Amino acid sequence: MKFRTFAAFVAPSLFMMILFIAVPLVSVLIQSFYVTQPVYERIEVESCTPGFPQPVCTTRTSSRPMLDEGGDVVTQTQFVGLQSYRNLIQPDRVRAALAAGSWDQLMTIDFWRALRFTLFFTLITLPMVIVLGLSIALAVNNAVHSLRGPVIFISLLPFIITPIIGGLSIRWLFIGDGILTSGLEWLLARNISMFSQAWTLELMMIIYRVWHVAPFAFVIFYAGLQTVNQDTLESAIIDGANRWERLRYVIVPHLMPLIIFIALIHLMDCYRVFEEIIAFSSQSYVISLQWLTYDLLSPDQAGNRAISRASASAMLTMVGIVILLIWPLRRTWREHKGSH
Amino acid sequence: MLKTLALAGAVALTGTAASAACAYDNKTQISLLAAAFEAWKAVADAMAECGNFKAELDQEFRTKQPAAFAAKPPLYQLGGVSNGTITPLINDATIRPLDDLVAKYGQDLSPNQLIRIDGKIMAIAMMVNTQHLQYRGDVLTDLDIAVPGTWDEVLAAADAIKQAGAVDYPLGATMKSGWDQGLDFINLFYGHGGEIVDEANQPTINNEAGVKALETMKAITAYLDPEYTVSDSTYVQQQFQQGKIAMANFWASRAGASGAEGESQVVGLVETAAAPRAVPDGPPATTIWWDGLVIAKNISDEEAEAAFQLIVEGLDTDMVQANNDAAIWLVPGYEPTRLAKGAIETLNAQPPARAYPSTVAMGLMHTALGNGTSDYLTGAKDAETTLADIEDAYVTSAREAGLIQ
Repeated sequence: MKFRTFAAFVAPSLFMMILFIAVPLVSVLIQSFYVTQPVYERIEVESCTPGFPQPVCTTRTSSRPMLDEGGDVVTQTQFVGLQSYRNLIQPDRVRAALAAGSWDQLMTIDFWRALRFTLFFTLITLPMVIVLGLSIALAVNNAVHSLRGPVIFISLLPFIITPIIGGLSIRWLFIGDGILTSGLEWLLARNISMFSQAWTLELMMIIYRVWHVAPFAFVIFYAGLQTVNQDTLESAIIDGANRWERLRYVIVPHLMPLIIFIALIHLMDCYRVFEEIIAFSSQSYVISLQWLTYDLLSPDQAGNRAISRASASAMLTMVGIVILLIWPLRRTWREHKGSH
Repeated sequence: MLKTLALAGAVALTGTAASAACAYDNKTQISLLAAAFEAWKAVADAMAECGNFKAELDQEFRTKQPAAFAAKPPLYQLGGVSNGTITPLINDATIRPLDDLVAKYGQDLSPNQLIRIDGKIMAIAMMVNTQHLQYRGDVLTDLDIAVPGTWDEVLAAADAIKQAGAVDYPLGATMKSGWDQGLDFINLFYGHGGEIVDEANQPTINNEAGVKALETMKAITAYLDPEYTVSDSTYVQQQFQQGKIAMANFWASRAGASGAEGESQVVGLVETAAAPRAVPDGPPATTIWWDGLVIAKNISDEEAEAAFQLIVEGLDTDMVQANNDAAIWLVPGYEPTRLAKGAIETLNAQPPARAYPSTVAMGLMHTALGNGTSDYLTGAKDAETTLADIEDAYVTSAREAGLIQ
């Protein structure tokens, strides 16, 4: 293809990518170094609130943003360098915790608590998704032809459900005297509260995420299984390879690029774990990095938002994803080069 | 707060042609953005009778309102606010003083409805809300327990109820992590005589009152459903309705539903009393809230007049008489019901409970408390560390917001 033609085809999407991905990203990066805040003045305010039957009036000194002649709030923007990152990571407290050798102390800092769960969640669900996805693909591939359609349809269902809706469904199955909790209580003859400690919440989140993402891995692996060289498989059978050896030495090496691809997508998606935290209202016990960004960005009732810290948190989340992706990307790159 | 009180989802109501119920015919197009709960629906319906009126009752109004009112022209002429959510509108000066309009059209408003901030009338209140002690009259009578007036008595009663096994859990509490849990701390902290911040906006919660408030919260959790960190107002209301709990310090606006016919299994058994005190001679451990209406600044005076006339019409005695049970109305004509007893006792208590302060510092501290108190309740930190960390979190966000240097 001529370069001009290529450029003409790529230009629109390139433009969109710059407009909707690159520019916002740069803007977030810049915002993480600056703080914009209103200028406050202290004034005496008398305010009256309804009582029953008479109103109650009190006078208090209160801080109010200053207004300019146009009636707009006077704001100032200042360069704060890495201060927002420091506010988030809290290096002093980390040092104190490390000096004390206390893991628990480190886990009282929101960022590190969120990082701990995010990494744990991402890394533990990855092998589960790949193994479960591959197992379903193999099972479907070996199923009777007439059964394949319905089985594929049913296996895909979890993937079709919107994540937050799926999460809420799990919540209602387990919360309080939810039907599954009641079932478990009856089975184990003891009282169970799934939402009152961290490990049960994390367990539900892991199960939910694997249930939700495995169909994606399954679809990809199932497509890959259709391209396995039948001659190689047959010769393996003639050579006396059993089922396990055929999987180990023929099928898995053939699917390796797909396994890397799924790992790549899963790491990217999973590091941004968010819906589970919201759906299970788990923030007393478990939080994630993406939830932290969201929480900083949500206005409180006085209208305050920690935009700088949220930007810093978003940047750190991105850095985390990039670090996680180095390994699979390098592998893909090596294979890509090797194939030429 | 409104979020916790609100019904699910957004409800849009479109005004129909003026009917006989409205005293005049509204000619100017007016719209309202407010929270979605029963009382707002009643007011919006009454306003719609005058014609040319559109109301948007939305659970997420709090996020939308500051930006919608800052626009020129604003997206709504009328806003529904509470003392918690009026803060950004006052600070950004996007709502107008109503003194001249009150002088012209507001003869029938009670003085109690006029919300004065800095000497000027900035909002017209329609109802008050507070937390009160809601309890199962039958359970307390059966066990021969007097209605508790302090938290120590509540805990003693809870223990007796637990021994007797009368219900699944003696207490309920809106201790969902985040906003609800933050408010529970604030209620108890005020009950112990604490001050959230000092004159210079520096935090002042790491003290005896703070520790006592946390300890009381922890003592309460022993009698709650262990899954209390997901327990919001709706959850507690359902616990009452299903007869699972016997007592809770709970929103007055939820009392009706807790014993409502058709929804509840304990119809007529729910009673209310003043919010318990943290110390015997202190104020009720609760905060007082109002809901009311404000008018946008960036609109013409004609529009503002039309909007104000709608407020007067929407908050008239007819509306209140038709919707008497929907709220504790401040509007003349309201007849307190049996279930309003607790709220009115709370409001009249001496020393009085504090009104929830509409300040920037309060917004920041409420968030820091909502995120921080659970560390003590789950046992991750001791009380002093928890409070010191909450103060740190507050200072960090107050610096970022420019409130302290």
